This record gives sequence, structure tokens and C-alpha cells, in this order.
Amino acid sequence: MTAPLAVFFALATLAVIGAVSLIVQKHPIHSALSLIVVMIALAGLYLLLGAEFVAAVQIIVYGGAIMVLFVFVIMLLNAGVEEHTSISKMAGAPGLLLVVALAGFVAATIARSTASIQTTPQTGELASTTGISNMIFKDFVYPFELTSFLILVAVLGATVLAQREKS
Amino acid sequence: MVPTNYYVVLSAVLFGLGVFAFIFKRNIITIFMSIELMLNAVNLAFVAFSQALGKLDGQVFVLFVIVVAAAEAAVGLGIIILIARNRQTLNVERVDLLKL
Repeated sequence: MTAPLAVFFALATLAVIGAVSLIVQKHPIHSALSLIVVMIALAGLYLLLGAEFVAAVQIIVYGGAIMVLFVFVIMLLNAGVEEHTSISKMAGAPGLLLVVALAGFVAATIARSTASIQTTPQTGELASTTGISNMIFKDFVYPFELTSFLILVAVLGATVLAQREKS
Repeated sequence: MVPTNYYVVLSAVLFGLGVFAFIFKRNIITIFMSIELMLNAVNLAFVAFSQALGKLDGQVFVLFVIVVAAAEAAVGLGIIILIARNRQTLNVERVDLLKL
């Protein structure tokens, strides 16, 4: 086994363990910490794929900003251990069925398309960060400007939603 | 080099776990976190294909996905705070009426 493959399997195992832990944990704060583990593992995988900028953004925005927001809200609402209501039989059976069907569909699609993507990835240097900045500010400049508008609207919306009504 | 297949399979596994958590968890905050998990899984597939094809489009899309996720987290958590304030509960089973 080559070194990149070993690193991949270590990080993939870490990510899957974190995701399973998110499901198994009863307390939301434990789930949030598990999700941070998944995100750090994914950042490592991005580094392995040669996407340094995305890895950095993943840690700063996802692992930092978004998860801090989650943990902050969990503490603000004083969220306790998950209340255990029994899953409705009507909803539980089709739900499980749907998950299995989705997994089967995805597996079938991947198995069918392996021929075209099985080739080992290109090893050529992409000059990742320079290339990304060129694409964002040249090819994708209108979507980029629109995202700034989206963030503005989201900030306003969150402020309006969270403020206490004066009565 | 790691074959692209491995990344796609890992992405599918993480997405499946996210769907499972979304359907079976009861806490509204945990459900919201499982959405983030699914977005992360999709991002991994984007970056893997970006590298496999030798094009950077996938990585740019990932940045847009992250921006949308951040906006979604801000608005969604605002809604969660509102629900918790009005209902005194975070259990989605107890939030089943449109009116108060």
C-alpha cells in the first residue's frame, strides 16, 4: 500500500466514524463535535487531492464559523439529551426502505460508471489557488457577486428572525 | 495516487449516513447538522472529480456550496431559535402544527 492510499484510508475511516458518531450520540453537542471531526478529516482529504485552498476554506468556514454557530445555538437554547420518542411504524419502515433504496441506487450508478472514471487521476500540477482565483474573478464573476448578495440577504433574514418582538 | 472511485464511494457513504441521520434523528439541531454532512459529502465528490478531470470548475463550485451552506446555517439557526422560543422544545415530533 502506498503512502497516499494509507493516508486516504486513515482519513476516510475517521470521517465515517465521525458520521456514525453523529447518528449514535444522544446529546446535540456531542453530535456537533463529531461533525467537526468529519470536517477536519475531509479537509485532510482535500489536501490529499491537491486542493489546498478548498481545504483551508473548509477548516476556516465550516470547521470554524459554521460549527461555532451550531455550538453557540446549542448552548444558547440549552439543548439537552435527545428526547426518545418511538419512531412511528408508518414513517420508520418507508424511511429505512428509502435509505436502502438510495444507497442501492448510488452504488449501482457508481458501479456502472467505474469504467469511465477508474483511470488514475491526473498528476499534473493544477496551480490550484491561482487557477481558482482566476476562475472566480473572470469566468464566475457574476455568480460570485450574486453570492455576496445572498449573504447580505441571509444576514438580514437571520437578524429579523432572531430578534425579539417588541410588544 | 488514490483512484477517484474511492473518493466517490466515500462521498456516497457519507451522503447516505447524512440521509439516515436526517430521517431518524429527533432533535432539530441534529437534523440540521445532517444536512451539513450531506453538503460536505457532495463537496468531496466535486473536488475528487475536479482533480480527476484536471479542471478547477469543481473546486469553484465547492466554494459556492460553502457560501450557500453558511447562508443556510445563519437563516436555519435563526428559525430554530424562533421555534425553540415559541414551543419550548427542540423535538421535531412536537412541532407538528402550523399555528401556535
